[in-house]
Amino acid sequence: MNTFDFLMQGLSVALDPAMLLYALIGVTLGTAVGVLPGIGPALTVALLLPVTYGLDPAGSLIMFAGIYYGGMYGGSTTSILLNTPGESASIVTALEGNKMARAGRGGPALATAAIGSFVAGLVATILLALVAPTVVKLALVFGPRDYFALMVLAFVTVSSAFGDSARKGLISLFVGLSLALVGIDQLTGQARLSFGVPQLLDGVEVTTLAVALFAVGEALFIAGRRSAADDQVIAVKGSVWMTARDWSRSWKPWLRGTAIGFPIGAMPAGGADIATFLSYAAEKRASPHPEEFGHGAIEGVAGPEAANNASAAGTLVPLLTLGLPTTATAAIMLAGFQQFGLQPGPLLFATNPQLVWGLIASLLIANLMLLVLNLPLIGLWVRLLTIPRPWLYAGILVFATLGTIGANPSPVELSMLLIFGVMGYGMRLYGYPIAPVVVGLILGPMAEQQLRRALSISQGDLTTLVASPVAATLLALAALALIVPLILRARGKGAVLSQLASDED
Amino acid sequence: MKQTFFAGLIAAALAVPAMAEDYTIIAPAAPGGGWDQTARTMQEALQAEGISESVQVQNVPGAGGTVGLAQFAANAQGQPDQLIVGGYVMVGAILTNKSPVSLADVTPIARLTGEYEAIVVPVASEIQDIGQLVEMLKADPGAVSWAGGSAGGADHIAVGLIAKAAGVDPTKINYIAFSGGGEALAAILGSQVTAGISSLGEFKAQADAGTLRILAVSSGERIEGVDAPTLKEAGLDVEMQNWRMVAAAPGITDDQKAAITADIERMVQSPTWQDALAARGWADTYLSGADFQTQLDQDIAATQAVLQDIGLVE
Repeated sequence: MNTFDFLMQGLSVALDPAMLLYALIGVTLGTAVGVLPGIGPALTVALLLPVTYGLDPAGSLIMFAGIYYGGMYGGSTTSILLNTPGESASIVTALEGNKMARAGRGGPALATAAIGSFVAGLVATILLALVAPTVVKLALVFGPRDYFALMVLAFVTVSSAFGDSARKGLISLFVGLSLALVGIDQLTGQARLSFGVPQLLDGVEVTTLAVALFAVGEALFIAGRRSAADDQVIAVKGSVWMTARDWSRSWKPWLRGTAIGFPIGAMPAGGADIATFLSYAAEKRASPHPEEFGHGAIEGVAGPEAANNASAAGTLVPLLTLGLPTTATAAIMLAGFQQFGLQPGPLLFATNPQLVWGLIASLLIANLMLLVLNLPLIGLWVRLLTIPRPWLYAGILVFATLGTIGANPSPVELSMLLIFGVMGYGMRLYGYPIAPVVVGLILGPMAEQQLRRALSISQGDLTTLVASPVAATLLALAALALIVPLILRARGKGAVLSQLASDED
Repeated sequence: MKQTFFAGLIAAALAVPAMAEDYTIIAPAAPGGGWDQTARTMQEALQAEGISESVQVQNVPGAGGTVGLAQFAANAQGQPDQLIVGGYVMVGAILTNKSPVSLADVTPIARLTGEYEAIVVPVASEIQDIGQLVEMLKADPGAVSWAGGSAGGADHIAVGLIAKAAGVDPTKINYIAFSGGGEALAAILGSQVTAGISSLGEFKAQADAGTLRILAVSSGERIEGVDAPTLKEAGLDVEMQNWRMVAAAPGITDDQKAAITADIERMVQSPTWQDALAARGWADTYLSGADFQTQLDQDIAATQAVLQDIGLVE
């Protein structure tokens, strides 16, 4: 049998009414938990594991996959409407998405996120079915030095994409990098900057920082400068649906996001958040309207949302072909497989083809269900913004606090939420961009660990960093990304330089 | 009227003698990991076998289990319905994190399951057997890079023990810590490192598929279905298992401890528990009472010594 026959057979498994029901339960639950900050798909799957002991393995795994895809979908809704990212992969969505929502364009923002996720999920799932064994071979070529080079590229492209002022952007980035140092150093097991507080030993939780900076900081900021005039409700302007112009500006970012997200998700040390950062940076570069970025550019929602869903499918590549979980959710899905006595790995495709292809087929179906579930809801969701501001922001605060305590019930976590919330308020007040802090917290430890691993393997020989073709290429790209704008600026002199000067407040 | 009814109901509920404790099990790790799975498997078995009416699992993640352990020691004092899951990794974490709370501050009940360590190389590697790897280690310890789980964890300790047994200075070992067996596996399969070390379960599927070669296992006897010698056969005096255990609250009476031990023993012998172990590939290494305490003390002493040798603990 060839791939196509297997997929058809898989579709016949997945189209069984009971399986459809499992998929529906999965996507609905997934969307719901994706909407709640702090409670992500990983926790949900973990809580459901014991419940599924007695159930059919295929059905349970299909449900888990639905939760995973649904979670990626749901996270975008709160990011766009409330500036409260439900998980790290939807942080970037909040940047442009929330600006669009505030300009009365919440409907198109949600629509491009939903349709982009669908397109990316569809393409990436088909890629999963067709090229999983090849992709996984490529992913294994990536060693610590290559990951380090990838992180350098991410730093260079991403930090230039955020904010208008390079100085303020870099300050924000370094705040994030410093926060990233808190906790046990993974390579030596020694504590750094934990000040004897045991809860700090595991470092600063990304979602806590993101929710604090985005949601709590924002609520304080709004409350701080509230005047009677602000009490006007933001009306939804124009149609809640995407216009022809929105479509023409969205389709390329969807495809680019998929192309970035799928391979990065497939890498054992990749991850959806990095894919969204890179996609955002790529869109800003590719866009004919870079000036709109930071003020609600639809490309900045379309690209990253496609990237995070494509990367969710990419994650399944190493999980199904090697038994390698690369995200928390994948790790718990692996536990789910083991619970049913199935060992994901090189033999799973051979020993349980029905299950694997049933899973892939049901991902396609879950993806379609998500679109059907989410598009009609957009009209309802945008009405959330018509709630008077004091109520809305009070609600957001309650929401953010509950989510944080739900994920990690500790007074230390709550204190961090408040302290970072106040920090977010201060940063808004003085015009410092917020996203680079979160970027620093996510990329910092990965870059540091990969660099140290690479040097440890080479026993301190620095030339190892450029000795592999992959690493050398990535570093060369990073150097180009850094130098080319400098040359362009030097050539363009006058206008650009004065623009730069005016950026320095 | 209604209120009286409910008051009566509550009084009745309180009056019924509990047939067993409604246990709360703390899993001092995030959902999905080994300790969480152990706690949830216990929950399932205790309820299914009718040993306990209702069992709650609570996750308190952080710092190799020491956050959960500290919270448990402080809050559960004298409460016979509180349990915590832990394991060998916690022994190391208590030492490396200089945790103020140790296993002496809780009441260890029994060792439940264990996993042996396996040393592997990719099939394409020129290293054919454990002897060859040990020779390389003796010639230049730094040139042999080992991929495994977190620093100071069971994998790292095993490498330290192997070096010591081979007469190599353990401070010279080149151990590359990854966030888990999975990420380490990618580095091993990609031939980024010389060898890999982790729980056998992490490697079994790859070995069966012919992509990894298992050089040795850390068990006392050969393991059925695994074509590899023990470390002892290879002349290295190392035997270790990455075990998981259950402990009760500090300050409980001897009677309460005996009752909990009896409940756990019933659970371990039940078909639900045995089936779950088989499904997950966990070995039943149940050990309780004084034997367990002796084993625990030995493990703590050995771990402390090797962590000092590696240089992670002063």
